[in-house]
Amino acid sequence: MSTFKQHSVLPGFNLALGFTLIYLSLIVLIPLSAAFFRTAELTWTEFWTVVTTPRVLASYRLTFGASFAAALTNALFGLLIAWVLVRYQFTGKRLIDALIDLPFALPTAVAGIALTALYAGNGWIGQFLEPLGIKVAFTPIGIYVALTFIGLPFVVRTVQPVLEDIETELEEAAAMLGANRLQIFLRIIFPAIFPALMTGFALAFARAIGEYGSVIFIAGNMPMVSEITPLLIITKLEQYDYAGATAIAVVMLVISFILLLIVNLLQWWSRHRNALA
Amino acid sequence: MTTITISYPDKARRTAITQEPVWVRRTLISLALIFLALFLFVPLISVFYEALKKGVDVYFAAITEPDARAAIRLTLIAAAIAVPLNLIFGVAAAWAIAKFEFRGKNILTTLIDLPFSVSPIIAGLIYVLVFGLQGWLGPWLAEHDIKIIFAVPGIVLATVFVTVPFIARELIPLMQAQGTEEEEAAVILGASGWQTFWRITLPNIKWGLLYGVILCNARAMGEFGAVSVVSGHIRGQTNTLPLHVEILYNEYNYAAAFAVASLLALLALITLAIKTFVESKVTQQKTKE
Repeated sequence: MSTFKQHSVLPGFNLALGFTLIYLSLIVLIPLSAAFFRTAELTWTEFWTVVTTPRVLASYRLTFGASFAAALTNALFGLLIAWVLVRYQFTGKRLIDALIDLPFALPTAVAGIALTALYAGNGWIGQFLEPLGIKVAFTPIGIYVALTFIGLPFVVRTVQPVLEDIETELEEAAAMLGANRLQIFLRIIFPAIFPALMTGFALAFARAIGEYGSVIFIAGNMPMVSEITPLLIITKLEQYDYAGATAIAVVMLVISFILLLIVNLLQWWSRHRNALA
Repeated sequence: MTTITISYPDKARRTAITQEPVWVRRTLISLALIFLALFLFVPLISVFYEALKKGVDVYFAAITEPDARAAIRLTLIAAAIAVPLNLIFGVAAAWAIAKFEFRGKNILTTLIDLPFSVSPIIAGLIYVLVFGLQGWLGPWLAEHDIKIIFAVPGIVLATVFVTVPFIARELIPLMQAQGTEEEEAAVILGASGWQTFWRITLPNIKWGLLYGVILCNARAMGEFGAVSVVSGHIRGQTNTLPLHVEILYNEYNYAAAFAVASLLALLALITLAIKTFVESKVTQQKTKE
């Protein structure tokens, strides 16, 4: 025990850590473990059958596919927005910078109904897309739109501070040595922001696969076509199929934990790289 | 070309060789603005437009009818319990993690972030597994006639779960950066633990604390998925504002749904305004030091 904690003159360690651990156990850890214990009541074959029915497989494909596409869009445009906000000067910049976090602050249900109204056939945006044969609301494209909305701030907010910290001297030196802007971006700036970009991408992706509120309004929710995995969990729960709901939840939890691990590794990589530079 | 970039005071000021040509800059700014307009500004404006489309009378009727008032009340109750609980937790966790060195610290920090990586639906589901009729404590609760799932306590619990990390994750890096010297000096000069906390630590972290509280509150009032699983959707009793929006929307009562949604959108805008203000305070504090 003596090596557990280094000596300090400050009081309150036992109280603070004790409270933290009890609170975290009661609110987060014990309830989460319930999902794993409940699933452990199934045999491996039962578990496997439940989590690999065609309808469940279709929901994974949709959830992960749409989330991946949305996170990719966020990576691309998030980088662009972060770049424009850090490097250029234009009117309304501060307002836009403040509004970037809107998807974090706006309740997902509000985002869901607003996007549905916009992209429906008679909506402000949907009316221009419908004649082109593009249906967004009530299709998988709608899910992609909703997931892009809720993931937008992640990449901007992870890339922005790294971009701000890049020394101009490095770019000036490269320019003096004859590099053009594109070369400087690809060889100097991009490698420096790459870990942050990946972190933002992973965070947006992780958020998207668990998202529910903004998606269900715009998705149409047709089994096999536009039914996301979190909705399938709810459907099973409403049919009192607790074992089925929990088994699918465990699959998603395991994937989420792996993503969390990857994010932590990426952040460590990012810090490590910046410490070297 | 060199002259346009000189007068700006921040990072945007660059010399010609580290600046893109004007047409590149304009194209990039336009692309970013078009994307933001389509994905952020237009949806935000449309909430208020749809809410007021049928007139101000319909709008006020929708947000003052008894079910809406009950939903507002429940949302306020849930936030009024969840935010203080997570505030105490956040301060305790940050005190332990930032001011002391102990083994397993990184694991603890990761565990605090865990609710962020759990789907809100799963957050609701696990409470059903613990407190629901078929859950661990279900039979005991039924015997004693205590309702948690499909009742207010379940809604509060789900709200607490999804907002656990907000305040802790603001405070931990802030308190780590501030170090322990000031507190150590106070303790050595004879201050008690609580005196040290109230007089030294709290003034140092007040803006970070406020920042965390605001974000925590926004999420607590806006949570939909987790609350939806445990609520039971009983109008006037177990409906929070976001759930009320869903019910109205599914009844094709769009004007009312958007009216209630506009309250939540206003809350989001106020949150962002306070957040921006607090951020400027934090930067001021940093540059002073």
